[in-house]
Amino acid sequence: MRIKVDPDLCEGHNRCFALAPDLFEVDDYGLSSAVNDGVVPPGREEQARLAIDNCPEFAISVVDED
Amino acid sequence: MTDAPETCPVHDWATDYDIFDPGYVRDPAPVWDELRERCPIAHTERWGGSWMPTRYEDLQQLVKMVPALSSRSAVVVPPSPELREVLVAEAKKYGSENPPITADPPEHQPFRRLILPFFSPRAVEEQIPYTRELCNSLIDGFAGKGEADAAADYAQQITPRVIAHVLGIDPARADDFVTWVRGILELGQTQPEMRIKYRGIIRDFFQEMVTERRRNPRNDAISTLIEAEVAGEKLDDYKVVGVCFLLLVAGIDTTWSSISASLLHFATHPQDQARLRAEPELLPMAVEEMLRFYSPVTMGRKVMEPVEVGGVDMKPGDKVLLNFPGANRDPAAFEKPDEVILDRKRNRHMAFGLGIHRCAGSNLARMEMQVALRTWFERIGPFELVDPDAVTWAGGQVRGPRTVPVRFAAA
Ligand code: HEM
Ligand code: SF4
Repeated sequence: MRIKVDPDLCEGHNRCFALAPDLFEVDDYGLSSAVNDGVVPPGREEQARLAIDNCPEFAISVVDED
Repeated sequence: MTDAPETCPVHDWATDYDIFDPGYVRDPAPVWDELRERCPIAHTERWGGSWMPTRYEDLQQLVKMVPALSSRSAVVVPPSPELREVLVAEAKKYGSENPPITADPPEHQPFRRLILPFFSPRAVEEQIPYTRELCNSLIDGFAGKGEADAAADYAQQITPRVIAHVLGIDPARADDFVTWVRGILELGQTQPEMRIKYRGIIRDFFQEMVTERRRNPRNDAISTLIEAEVAGEKLDDYKVVGVCFLLLVAGIDTTWSSISASLLHFATHPQDQARLRAEPELLPMAVEEMLRFYSPVTMGRKVMEPVEVGGVDMKPGDKVLLNFPGANRDPAAFEKPDEVILDRKRNRHMAFGLGIHRCAGSNLARMEMQVALRTWFERIGPFELVDPDAVTWAGGQVRGPRTVPVRFAAA
């Protein structure tokens, strides 16, 4: 699974990082990006989906299901 | 409500709503539910006139209408003629008073970037030990009595001290800060003379701090703002004071409302209380659900260019209430919106707003809520509300309980 954060939509709510600190990093201004080029390690897919479902700006999406 | 303004009863919420109506302040959700069905963007002539949307999707659109909707009047009740004159003169001379919250693009972003680093996840983590110690010492004060006011003795004591600690001002003046912020936000909304008085007091207070630090720089947020540059230029005193003013005012009764509302919820919902006690790892999700269900903040905008939203035409000069709390109860966006589900899986709530003005202090607010609730649950056994009739609420643009008497086994 691969995910990405749209930098134009992300407003730094930080919900993704709080739910999955291993999948995202946030800078000093709160803007988020997916670590490791967005590749979600096996077994962490559910956490990635949780982050997607809790981003109030609809900024995170799945690029590739597998 | 103790300080309820005198208003006549509302007969039709779609055309004549009143955000200060005591029943609405206690529980606005039934009104939002009715409006969402019948008239999703309601209007009123009361308090200077405004529009109030209730649907999630309309809020999503409204926050993006920048700069057609301006943040220059975040408080929706118009200032008195006397204050208006002062504000207009100052705006001409200095620009926006409390950026970023009262600023529009392009002025907004540089000020936002100036303050965001104070509230980054890393910066907020450094405030955890202070916050935890503070919560513990407050509980030391009442744990032996077996009763406390969870709002006045606890929540209200936490937030002014934490923001004082962040800003580098004296936490021992917490009671003053609470009085000032209530004066400007809670009472000031309906009592213009309060708004003028406390605006003056807070500005004078920070002017003194700024003057002092220009002479003796310190390693704190105020000194950082004094040294900061926007577009290659240092800020003048008016702006530094205005930004500090915003950080003090925005951080106190908002988070205090959320902590009080959460403790009121757990005091009156023993099953949820027992569940959180048994499953403390749910706390972060439970905090998001408390933020959704008891969202305290409604922001105002002023219409600058004609816009159309949800079939309503808004004209220049109109005011809009960004009803984030109402959107957070929209069944189109949340399953069973009127139920508290501590581990709600899909919770894209907008308690901290959306878009470019997303609450800059949201990481700090969340941390305070989590530490306050965790420490309370660790130290206080099963607790319950003493007297439902004794609970009082503050309302308008910041809503939350102000008196929450609870009892528990003394320890
Ligand atoms: C639970 C507590 C809080 C809630 C619900 C809350 C809510 C909000 C909301 C809805 C906005 C958006 C304003 C808009 O769209 O015009 C906002 C903005 C802001 N809040 Fe908070 N807030 C809380 C706590 C805090 C704290 C602790 C601080 C720290 C000082 C803070 C500082 C700010 C600032 C500086 C802005 C302006 C951001 C901008 O305009 O770019 N807030 N807040
Ligand atoms: S939750 Fe969404 S808006 Fe917030 S930091 Fe993550 S991607 Fe950005």
